[in-house]
Amino acid sequence: MQAHYGYKDGSGDYFIIIDTDNCDGCGKCVKACPYEVLELVDNEFDIEGGSMATVTEQHRKKIKYSCAPCKPVSGERKLPCVLACETKAITHSW
Amino acid sequence: MSERSSEFWRWREYRHTQPNMDWNQAKIVTAGIDIGSVGSKAAIILDGQLYAYSVMRTGGVSEETAFKVMNWALEGTGLKTENLHQVVGTGYGRVNIPFANKTITEIACHARGAHYIYGPSVRTVLDIGGQDCKAIRCDNKGKVMSFLMNDKCAAGTGRGLEVFSDLIRIPIEEVGKVSLNVTEEPPPVSNTCVIFAKAESVALLRQGWPKEKVAAAYHLAMVDRIIDLLTKVGIEKDFVITGGVAKNIGIATRLETNLGIKPLEPELDPILAGAIGAALFANALYEKQLGLR
Amino acid sequence: MITAGVDVGAKYVKIVILEDGKNVLARANGIVEFDVWKSANDVFEKALLNVGLKREQVGQVVATGMGRKIVHMKPPIDAKEIVPEVIADAKGTYYLIPTVKTVIDVGAEEGRGIKVSENGGVRDFVINERCAAGAGTFIETMARALEVGVENMGPLALKSMNAIPMNAQCCVFAESEVVSLIHSKVSKEDIAKAIHDAIAGRIASMVLRIGVEKDVALIGGVARNPGFLPPLKKELNTEILIPEYPECVGALGAALFASEMEGQK
Ligand code: SF4
Ligand code: SF4
Repeated sequence: MQAHYGYKDGSGDYFIIIDTDNCDGCGKCVKACPYEVLELVDNEFDIEGGSMATVTEQHRKKIKYSCAPCKPVSGERKLPCVLACETKAITHSW
Repeated sequence: MSERSSEFWRWREYRHTQPNMDWNQAKIVTAGIDIGSVGSKAAIILDGQLYAYSVMRTGGVSEETAFKVMNWALEGTGLKTENLHQVVGTGYGRVNIPFANKTITEIACHARGAHYIYGPSVRTVLDIGGQDCKAIRCDNKGKVMSFLMNDKCAAGTGRGLEVFSDLIRIPIEEVGKVSLNVTEEPPPVSNTCVIFAKAESVALLRQGWPKEKVAAAYHLAMVDRIIDLLTKVGIEKDFVITGGVAKNIGIATRLETNLGIKPLEPELDPILAGAIGAALFANALYEKQLGLR
Repeated sequence: MITAGVDVGAKYVKIVILEDGKNVLARANGIVEFDVWKSANDVFEKALLNVGLKREQVGQVVATGMGRKIVHMKPPIDAKEIVPEVIADAKGTYYLIPTVKTVIDVGAEEGRGIKVSENGGVRDFVINERCAAGAGTFIETMARALEVGVENMGPLALKSMNAIPMNAQCCVFAESEVVSLIHSKVSKEDIAKAIHDAIAGRIASMVLRIGVEKDVALIGGVARNPGFLPPLKKELNTEILIPEYPECVGALGAALFASEMEGQK
């Protein structure tokens, strides 16, 4: 499943997309994120359960701002969460 | 304006039992409870078939509402809470349902329920409520393949429409119809943001545009935005629209035209989708416990 | 040599008339009405009247701001050149504060962060636009919900010592949140502070994308709001300078460009 967390507003699209089929619930992205944007939760999408990464409720409506320090306008862009994920389950829409 | 907002898309409280079904004959009896921010619903299914349901307003205390809506669905059936093999809770108040065996997100339940209500050909579900917009793509079993939920921005939600209907002083129930009263579609309002789109609409009115034309421009902008969100999860046939805004024909008709897909018509009130989906998950959960799956 | 800079913003037109590229002869501003072109001309007229000049006595005019195209090559203002806001902002701020490295401009509809180069040019910039929650309109809309004059919002916020979080990140939803805060008897002071904290947080996060280097200056209409500076300072953890007439800095920058053009003739 492609889980899109975030929003689109007048200024643009800001989604963190987690591919839950690839996410093995290792939690490395959670540790890598300096701003506590990510967390591990029970997979509540199916009765099978298991753990998966998600964007916290608290940050879902403001990730454009929460992730801003990780996304300098110029210079090399290295997103700690994306780099930490070995299964390449995380992408950002912006 | 804000007083009215929570009750914006009016709906009634009701319950129903399918006449020719007998729970005594059923192997598995399960229930789903959907505690939403405005409305709460309960659905009871017998071996995977909808048997009874209830819809009511969410009260101040989620726990109480959960008991009430459950008891109302059970009312007159002779069923008791003890007879339910499993109960699954969903909706924003799902953590406050004391008798639920498990909780499942509203996204998954909504997709599963839409699959039941509209049939297995459903692939894309769009749900536009008063304060949010959800786009879900699912497979032939009703399993979510991709989803997004936008509840940050009022644009593209019932709330955005409400602001506009207040502005042009046309009741919200009619604004969609009014917007179709144009011979030719104008260019859409260029601002997405409700605040700026409102200012733009005022400017258009001052330029002498009739209300209908401004309404058309505003609705078109909303539709463009909704399609953009749908594209992110991928649009596949068949397509269904649920939620309060589905009742606005100015939005529904334009979505149909611009997507070139006709949405399916429901036989049951889609407001029940979440509760039915939850009850179906409860059914699956019980089958799993029995070792049937 | 007399030149002028015209900044046609979303809500206000700001005009600066400059003598010899350094003395400000007049500043004027006025609301943008339905007819933007006419509003700009009216303000221009007002500025000329202030110093007793006629249009013919003013040489080059440069325009900036969202509506800059509307006065481009169109008499009577007849701006021969137009420049983007960030360039005019950097130029104007650098002129007033030569040590400036970072400019934060918060107007009615846009928030901007600009990294200024050694000679007053633009090295990098970031803009918050098209979402009313990211600029001055947010405070204005909330003032209406609070039933407080927008000019009283800042002073009101300064009276509060409490930090109440605002959850809504949208102007429209925040309006309802403010209404429900009022219903739950939270004081207007606390709500006003929460509103300023929220917008300052968003502007600060945006500016972080270009990096914050001292000196930092705040310009634009919102710089006049005393309630905005403290939370912004706190978020960015730095001193922030506000020049005199912060709303006219873009227009000043444009006027400086006009003087350079005049000089090259
Ligand atoms: S981009 Fe940075 S702040 Fe955002 S989720 Fe990734 S690590 Fe966290
Ligand atoms: S774009 Fe407008 S409607 Fe959307 S979040 Fe921003 S303020 Fe709200």
